[in-house]
Amino acid sequence: MAISDTTLTGSQPGTPRGRWRFLGGTRGVDTIAWLVTLVAALSVLFVTVWLVVELWHRSALPRHAFGFRFLLDSVWDPVFGHFGALPFVYGTLVTSAVAMTIAVPLGVGAAIFLAELAPRGFSDALTFLIELLAAVPSVVLGLVGIFVVVPWVRTSFGPLLKKLFGFTPLFQGPIYGVGFLTAGLVLAIMVLPFIVSISREVLLSVPTDLREGALALGATQWESTWKVVVPTAGTGILASIFLGLARALGETMAVTMVIGGTPRIAASLFAPGYSIASVIADQFTEATGDLFRQSLVELGLVLFGITVLLHALARVLVHYTARKARGAA
Amino acid sequence: MNRLTWRKTVNALMSGVTALCALVAVAPLLFVLGLLVVKGASSLNWAFFTKLPVPVGETGGGIANAIAGSGELLLLAALFGVPLGVLGGIYLSEFGGWGVPFFVRYAADLLVTVPSIVIGIFAYVVVVLPVGHFSALAGGFALGVMLLPIVVSNTEQFLRTVPVWLREGSLALGAGHWKTIVSVVFPAALQGILTGILLALARVAGETAPLIFTAFNNAYWNRGLNQPISSLPYMIWIYGISAYDDWHRQAWAAALVLLALVLTVNVLSRLVLARKMAARRIA
Repeated sequence: MAISDTTLTGSQPGTPRGRWRFLGGTRGVDTIAWLVTLVAALSVLFVTVWLVVELWHRSALPRHAFGFRFLLDSVWDPVFGHFGALPFVYGTLVTSAVAMTIAVPLGVGAAIFLAELAPRGFSDALTFLIELLAAVPSVVLGLVGIFVVVPWVRTSFGPLLKKLFGFTPLFQGPIYGVGFLTAGLVLAIMVLPFIVSISREVLLSVPTDLREGALALGATQWESTWKVVVPTAGTGILASIFLGLARALGETMAVTMVIGGTPRIAASLFAPGYSIASVIADQFTEATGDLFRQSLVELGLVLFGITVLLHALARVLVHYTARKARGAA
Repeated sequence: MNRLTWRKTVNALMSGVTALCALVAVAPLLFVLGLLVVKGASSLNWAFFTKLPVPVGETGGGIANAIAGSGELLLLAALFGVPLGVLGGIYLSEFGGWGVPFFVRYAADLLVTVPSIVIGIFAYVVVVLPVGHFSALAGGFALGVMLLPIVVSNTEQFLRTVPVWLREGSLALGAGHWKTIVSVVFPAALQGILTGILLALARVAGETAPLIFTAFNNAYWNRGLNQPISSLPYMIWIYGISAYDDWHRQAWAAALVLLALVLTVNVLSRLVLARKMAARRIA
């Protein structure tokens, strides 16, 4: 009886959308399943919103005490309860800038080779290895950073840069080994696989007609790649760079282990510093007092805000590229 | 040099330069792998896997509690993230329409990119603060929050690869919607979904940042979900930044163990997935 009831309601004309008609037309089990899975799906939404609300709520103290000056104040002094985030924002931006300066040309170059020039099997094997690099835990790279990259920067790479570019303020002062430059180098390794992997995907999705057209007009392989394929994939490559940047900004352990841990703004890349993520990792457990801890939570909120922004930008770019590709096809 | 030779030279030159870029991009993985084997392999022995750490100054001791702790944390994370994630993925793929799925997908995408240290703060605020101390539960929750969005999107993706005619066949034979999902669609995608879960676990297994102020650390065997717990990545971090040579030696060995586990899972799952994709292409 119950079954025919629901079947009847389900087949009534005028039920608005297919999904509802379908649900009404089957047994109660389906409705329960729908509800249960809906709740599970909503849990993702719930956790995300909960995270934002908690971070906002738990950083009220410094927000009221310092307001927007929090981001522009360069003094971080837990002893006197004075908290300014500028040194950390600066450290995050500088280390990410160093990382992207190295990783973008390298990554895009590698992607071009893998997508356009290398034989397919060889390219697949290399890409596999490069993508595996993304799976290496950040604490392991940090360990390599401490014991290999830091001494290397202190004894060979740093002095070399100083000799070559020592006239600029970027490469002056004592070289400790730890610092912005070393953190940037380690970060470059971490974002490289993202840039290579996504850029290669985007390049491969460019229609073959375009390449063939360019080649038929007498272009060399490189001209076809650089003047036709790369510009077509441009926005997609830009999106891969944004995603890499988002990872660089939020990366914690490897940076914490090699950045030096000093809340200071210095022009020299050799100087030790702090990034937003690394100061949270270093000081959160020993934060005494609500203002101190909440200031660190607010730093987390700032970091969250930056990644959300970059993420949204990358998403818009991907969407735009996908639409353009569909238009071209 | 005439124009044509110039263009050919540029062509050859840039091919070489980009090839060099690709080689440089591969180098770090091989270098790290080799370095860990050289520095860590000699410290691996039975005691290293079965003993507890010893106090500073004494040599020897092992990382048994960290390995067990990592396992326990992953189990907790899976208990939280996998059921919710798989069910949520089923919703997105099988019941989805417009509206809710759009926001859920967006939230999942966003949650994946949230820096892990921020997830750590979140877990601290919602689990550690109310309870008053660090606990395995808090660490498991933090890792679970990272796991959830990955499992949701993986599950959805693999369910979507199941051909529509399989669903139609089942429905045409009179099976209900849920019956179709459970006995036809889900089994067809199961291998992919499981592989995805393994990959996700391998990814959060290496996370240190969300554990620093949730699971914290513990030099002994874990004595309950409500107590701080040690983990492999946390141990590597603490040992790595310490000032003791013997701890450095153990950090290398532990890093080798962690990396070997993570890479093995990655390589195997990728091979399985690649074979699956190839099989579909032929079919």
